[in-house]
Amino acid sequence: MTTRPRGGNVEKKLVGLADLVIAAANKKRDPTIHIPVRSLSNVRFNEKRRIIEMGDNTQERSFFNVGMAKKFMQTILVADALNELQRAALTTSLREIYYRTKHTIADSHENTFDTQDESDPIIEDLEVGLEALREELHVRAENGGTVIGPVVFEDDGDRVDCSRLGKGGYSVPSIVEEEYVRIKKCTADFVLLVEKGTQWNRLAEDKFWRKYNCVLLTGNGQPPRGVRRIARRLHDEKKLPVYVLVDNDPWGYYIYSVVKQGSINLAFESQRMAIPDAKFIGLSSLDPERYGLPRNVGIKLNDKDITRAKELLNYPWFQKKEWQVEIKRMLSSGLKFELDSLANKDFQFLTKKYLPRKLSEKEWLD
Amino acid sequence: MTTKTKSKPKPAAKAHVAAGKPHAAPAAPAPPAGAPAPAPAPAAHKPKGRSAEEMGQQQREISVSEFFTKNRHLLGFDNPRKALLTAVKEAVDNALDASEEAGILPEVVVKLETVPEGDGAPPPPPSQATRFRVTVIDYGPGIVRQQIPRIFAKLLYGSKFHRLRMSRGQQGIGISAAGMYGQLTTGKPVKIISRTGQHVPAHYFEVQIDTKKNEPLILEKKEIEWESHRGTQVSIELEGRYQKGRASVDEYMELTSIANPHAKLTYINPEGETKVYPRMIAELPEPPREIKPHPYGIELGMLLKMLQDTKSHWLSGFLSTDFSRVSAQTAEGMCKAADLHPHRRPKDVKGADAERLYKCVQATKLMAPPTNCLSPIGEKAILAGLYKQIKGEFYTAVTRPPAVYRGNPFVIEAGLAFGRGPEHAAAQAQAGPKKPLAEGESHEGDDNELARVIRFANRVPLVYQQSSCATFKSVLDTTWRNYGVSQSRGAPPAGPMAIFVHMASVWVPFTSESKEAIADYDEIRKEITLALRECGRRLGMFLKRRERAHHELKRRNIFELYIEEVVAACKRLKGGKLAEKKLKDQLLAIAAKRTGGQKTDELTDKEAGPEGLPHSIIVTPEGVEGEVPAEPVAELAAEPAAPAVSPSAVAEEGGGTKTPSPLVGEGRGGGTPTTVRQSPARQEKASAVKKVAKSAKAKPKAKAKPKAKAKGRKR
Repeated sequence: MTTRPRGGNVEKKLVGLADLVIAAANKKRDPTIHIPVRSLSNVRFNEKRRIIEMGDNTQERSFFNVGMAKKFMQTILVADALNELQRAALTTSLREIYYRTKHTIADSHENTFDTQDESDPIIEDLEVGLEALREELHVRAENGGTVIGPVVFEDDGDRVDCSRLGKGGYSVPSIVEEEYVRIKKCTADFVLLVEKGTQWNRLAEDKFWRKYNCVLLTGNGQPPRGVRRIARRLHDEKKLPVYVLVDNDPWGYYIYSVVKQGSINLAFESQRMAIPDAKFIGLSSLDPERYGLPRNVGIKLNDKDITRAKELLNYPWFQKKEWQVEIKRMLSSGLKFELDSLANKDFQFLTKKYLPRKLSEKEWLD
Repeated sequence: MTTKTKSKPKPAAKAHVAAGKPHAAPAAPAPPAGAPAPAPAPAAHKPKGRSAEEMGQQQREISVSEFFTKNRHLLGFDNPRKALLTAVKEAVDNALDASEEAGILPEVVVKLETVPEGDGAPPPPPSQATRFRVTVIDYGPGIVRQQIPRIFAKLLYGSKFHRLRMSRGQQGIGISAAGMYGQLTTGKPVKIISRTGQHVPAHYFEVQIDTKKNEPLILEKKEIEWESHRGTQVSIELEGRYQKGRASVDEYMELTSIANPHAKLTYINPEGETKVYPRMIAELPEPPREIKPHPYGIELGMLLKMLQDTKSHWLSGFLSTDFSRVSAQTAEGMCKAADLHPHRRPKDVKGADAERLYKCVQATKLMAPPTNCLSPIGEKAILAGLYKQIKGEFYTAVTRPPAVYRGNPFVIEAGLAFGRGPEHAAAQAQAGPKKPLAEGESHEGDDNELARVIRFANRVPLVYQQSSCATFKSVLDTTWRNYGVSQSRGAPPAGPMAIFVHMASVWVPFTSESKEAIADYDEIRKEITLALRECGRRLGMFLKRRERAHHELKRRNIFELYIEEVVAACKRLKGGKLAEKKLKDQLLAIAAKRTGGQKTDELTDKEAGPEGLPHSIIVTPEGVEGEVPAEPVAELAAEPAAPAVSPSAVAEEGGGTKTPSPLVGEGRGGGTPTTVRQSPARQEKASAVKKVAKSAKAKPKAKAKPKAKAKGRKR
């Protein structure tokens, strides 16, 4: 995995792992794979590009080390399964990879994998180590996202007009690269990425997208790759600004930061996924006061929330003054607010009052 | 007289209460002539009370028997289940003590039977039954005819109280209390057969206690035929409850066998199953010696009494002959220090003099009491006992040097059995490959098992009141985590483990008369803790070694297993174009180099042995290492004195009713419970021995049994 330049045939890279083992064996050396470290310690915030990038730290995974032997063996097994997908031109899920590679090791009662928790990180290791995207490895993520609005896609030769899909919308596939999904036409003015499905449903039902001419996207929590990638493509190809609407809690802030700068775990994908121009539209810790939300619809921050918020305060990409103020204000209030709590004012408060005012007053954080 | 009027209402009231004693009333109105008239003030609040004289009428002696009738919980008869156990325990204690004192290798048969309650109704199943007959037979020295009634039907009568000598029994309460409890709950007398030798007849007695006088009542006595040449059989009918499990008779028998590997025990439970606990050691323990009290162990009152009772004429002589570790010279020194003439008559030393003497005696530096009066079980025998009864992979035993508390010498012994036995490990390894684990399953079952603490005092198992016993507290206080065993706060260590603690002493300080827990003296605690730590250290060494060997083996295994997987995956990745064999050999060579190859093998083998682990046994599926005891001793050779050793009972002339008896003979055939607990190898030998024994004894048994029953019924 020492070859850093991108591109090239994924199959070749996977077979390269076998070559590595053979070469090491020939030289009587311990076969060792180098895998970039996927943790906060090995990411840096590129101020200029405003995205999170992966550092150069790698970890060694050696076969003849008791602590790593099993992982090494598992890595080769997963590589083999991924290669099988390449040859057969199939895509699959993380779970199916787990089942495909699980068996009992001959002459023992030991399983190659005991749970999916063992195989998932290995797939991520390979993604990072081989510098291959998950899509390129033919591994699908969960579908999990929905889009509605004045945009037309072409998916597998089918034309999908997202303005004519009722209030259900189009389920965003996990792989939305050019080869699979094309943006045929888009007349929207902006993209609104909503954290929760319930609020997305509210907006879809109220035809908010029609009135304000926007694309409504949701990822049901942390948006999956497909959703992030399609938002990025709408942003890049159609020059649409992207607004993120999340709960007012540390988790919501983090979702916004992942959309904007990329995630720590998959920092190497930031350049393809991150939308550095995305804006945080709400809920802000100032909103309860500004929109007159009563204190009793708030929820007390728990210990985990507080720890998480303090972590966020230290992230380089939250160092802007406004953000420090925003997060500290939440901490000092001791409360978090869900988007759902807006219903306390009116069922359609989000559609009719909150978002219109936010958009017209350009009241967002960058 | 004021008193007269005041006390008038009382006699009447009194008469009611003391209805049985008619002359109580007249006594009150006529106080003794010389008595001074009571002052009016105290008399003022007298009307409701009683006069001293009236109270005097009520005051009388309480016999011990009456006291214990009301306070039977003090003796261990609080509930039916415990009562059954206590009765068995007292009888077995006596049987073992007597045999050992007579220099006979003990052999004891314990039989529990259910007894029908009403007339005609068949006895209920053992778990439901409320009445049992406990029969305990030993082939010991027997009891002389004149003593039988008092030993079995008089409380506080015995040979053991007045001497300082290590024995199971101490006070002489036990067996007669059991008999009294039986009498109280069923109304049946205690039945005894005893014979002191081949040329004298056996004596049969039925006795009860006269609880008022604490004297035996003999209901029946005669000479009978008894097929045993020597020994004693006692049979008590009592109210009880039979349950298995913790603190059951079953457990008691098992534990007794562990602490007495020189005894052969046969146990027939109420379901008619027979368990034989074979003899593991064919020599008697060193007979304990009787000692004089040590001055540090006595109190002033005791000293006063001894001063009165002594046969010495001089004070110095008294001190040097009636106490241990007091030489003539030291005695003189003591007298001088107390300012008393050494030639004074001991009987004349009283009051302040005695108190001064006591203080001086306590202040004198003396040697610790002699310890040859103790007879510990010994490391070898403990190992044998544990190995016989408890399945494990590691056994160890420690006997501490003697120590002293309050002038009483004692010895602490500890032992440990760890693991589930090699069969378990082997079975697990075998079952493994057949059934790979599904998600969420794990190899180890829920392993929340806590160590079992088995406690003994003078070889007697203690099964109740564990948490107030010094031994248990010491187990809790030991930091087992240092030895590689997990332990949560305030709990015994976790794991498949039995911890054995034994205290041998001329006087074991129990917390109560029912002898259930050892009192918490600092000196005792310290010794127990030291013994446990030594056991723990050895266990820790064993675990570490096993772990290391296991680890190296695993390392090698892991690589070998994974190489197969990696090579196969590489071959597939290369589209089948791979010199599979070559790659595999290359990888195996690297693996061997990495794990140290042959050198490691030798190293781990060497360190896996029992070296450096004294008094320990290690059991692995491959075999047993260490001080393995000999196979169970064949009792035929070892028991010349007791001929036809049949556990059956009385051979009586008029054998009438024939109840089907759940006795030994038949029950023994199919694999006895004892053998189940042993490894296959041991099992084979044991059963072979038993077969020999069985065929030799088959006849007398079959004959004698039905008659044993007949006897009790007839009365």
